[in-house]
Amino acid sequence: MLLVAGAAAGATVAEWVVERVRFRYPGATRAAVDGVTLRIAPGEATALLGPNGSGKSTLLRLLLGRLRPQEGRVVFADRPLERWPRRVLARWVGVVPQEEETPFPLTVRDLVAMGRYPHLGPWRRLGPRDEAAVATALRSCDLESLAERPIDALSGGERQRARLARALAQEPRALVLDEPTASLDFGHAMELFEVLHGWARCGATVLFVTHDLNLAARYAQTLVLLDRGRVVAAGAAASVFDPGILEAVYGWPVRIVRHPGPGPDTGVPQVLPLRPGP
Amino acid sequence: MTRGMRALGGAALLMAVWALALLASVRWGAVGLSTAQVMQALLGEGPGTAVTIVRELRLPRALQASLVGAMLAASGATFQALLRNPLADPYVLGVSSGAAMGAVAALALGGPWAQPWTLPWAAFAGAVAALLLVLALASRAPSGWDARTVVLAGVGVSAFGGAVVLLLLSFVRDVETFRAAVLWTMGSLAAASWTSVAVLAAYAVPGLALLWAGGRALNALSLGEDTAAYLGVRVVAVQRTLAAVAALLAAAAVALSGVIGFVGLIVPHAARMLWGSEHRRLLPVAALLGATFLLLADLVARLAAAPGELPIGVVTALLGVPCFLWLVQRRARP
Repeated sequence: MLLVAGAAAGATVAEWVVERVRFRYPGATRAAVDGVTLRIAPGEATALLGPNGSGKSTLLRLLLGRLRPQEGRVVFADRPLERWPRRVLARWVGVVPQEEETPFPLTVRDLVAMGRYPHLGPWRRLGPRDEAAVATALRSCDLESLAERPIDALSGGERQRARLARALAQEPRALVLDEPTASLDFGHAMELFEVLHGWARCGATVLFVTHDLNLAARYAQTLVLLDRGRVVAAGAAASVFDPGILEAVYGWPVRIVRHPGPGPDTGVPQVLPLRPGP
Repeated sequence: MTRGMRALGGAALLMAVWALALLASVRWGAVGLSTAQVMQALLGEGPGTAVTIVRELRLPRALQASLVGAMLAASGATFQALLRNPLADPYVLGVSSGAAMGAVAALALGGPWAQPWTLPWAAFAGAVAALLLVLALASRAPSGWDARTVVLAGVGVSAFGGAVVLLLLSFVRDVETFRAAVLWTMGSLAAASWTSVAVLAAYAVPGLALLWAGGRALNALSLGEDTAAYLGVRVVAVQRTLAAVAALLAAAAVALSGVIGFVGLIVPHAARMLWGSEHRRLLPVAALLGATFLLLADLVARLAAAPGELPIGVVTALLGVPCFLWLVQRRARP
């Protein structure tokens, strides 16, 4: 009985199931993503980790339907990804890309309002419901005072927040972020992750790619470590942060320490790369 | 609310400026007319020569200038967003000279292709060929185009197209070659008639409406193809459709008025400075500004060398090239 109820509920949750997915770029000698199987669970945060060139970005593009797997399949919310029309997928999944080109700077408000695109037809104006979603997104990213500024007049961190607000204005059930803290100082990085944490707690699926192992350990319930296109470890930080595995993947000696606290992170494993020498 | 009011006020102001430019264009010329005389002539009253000048010569010409300006400006704004390149416009991309090639080839062949209603399609074939060639030359893996190569390839195709047009014209003996050469290389509105205005409007109205309907997609695409896809845009289909519509607008303008450069380049930039880059606002603003700009450029072309006239492309190039070079050097040194 419980199993049946679980399956019925599964039809409406933003969950990715990835089965033996393989993708090789034309002309490349090895596959960028090589037989990856994993599940990205709803209602929690998942971090994709791995050194440069480990296939994180490629896997992200496969999960978002920008690349088609050559083998295996990606299923999102019980439907194979290739059967999701782009517009419908954009109502479910909001994406915060890394720095994007802005040859013709829009205002922050216009940028955030673009998040309503999947909810609007070509001839329709923004309705009260759309305006409300934009206002909420601006507020939750603390952008109200910057709303009329052109985005090229903003700092890198503010632009990042504007892109997050745009994704929130989509009112998605899943948020995907590509290296969201790359241009942020730690105060803004913590702030961003607190917003994401709140979202995951409300039942949204959060998936992010990052190089910051320690932030990942603190905010993600599941860590997925990639190396040369394969998943080498997946699970809670305590199991993924094995010095042997990390040293092999990153090619650098590390020590694992416990977060001294106080706060909810007390005792969470953290990675300290060591310096060579006696 | 206030934002809506401001947009409305801005639109009313632009319409008023365009209407004034239209009136000026109908009043001034080799024969000067007063506003009262123009109004009388529009109603068919007053001396017959004034009626003919206003109703058969100046009004169609002013409307043609407006339509061509609006089409070129909207086409330029669209290409700039699609290629994420502030230097793009139908002239710089070689689309206009491709269109001229198509139109001149059709005229040289004669027959059904040389009719005013079908000529834009011949021009469109040339425009699309030129655009595909430029994009193929400048394509960069895995997707997207190199901004500088697009401009270089476009300038190359433009020069080649201009040469082919002059070559074809030198074989056509039954037209007044020099006049035709001016039309197809520097543009002219001297042949404007109610027929040409009707043909232009038939392409301009649905074309501009389609671009406006794609305005939100253009916003998304101007931030990159990945971002657009993540917002729900069917990237390839939308890119192809909007590029084809923009090319058709430019081709129809070229088919009836020749190659008029730089309107599609400088007008969208002026519109962005005034009203921002949101394309649902930008496209109508650029179209109205383009209409006004070409009306004034045509007025200069007619008055500066009266009783003769300058090719209108000379006027737009004299204004446009400094702007283009300014944009190039600003881009080279960010």
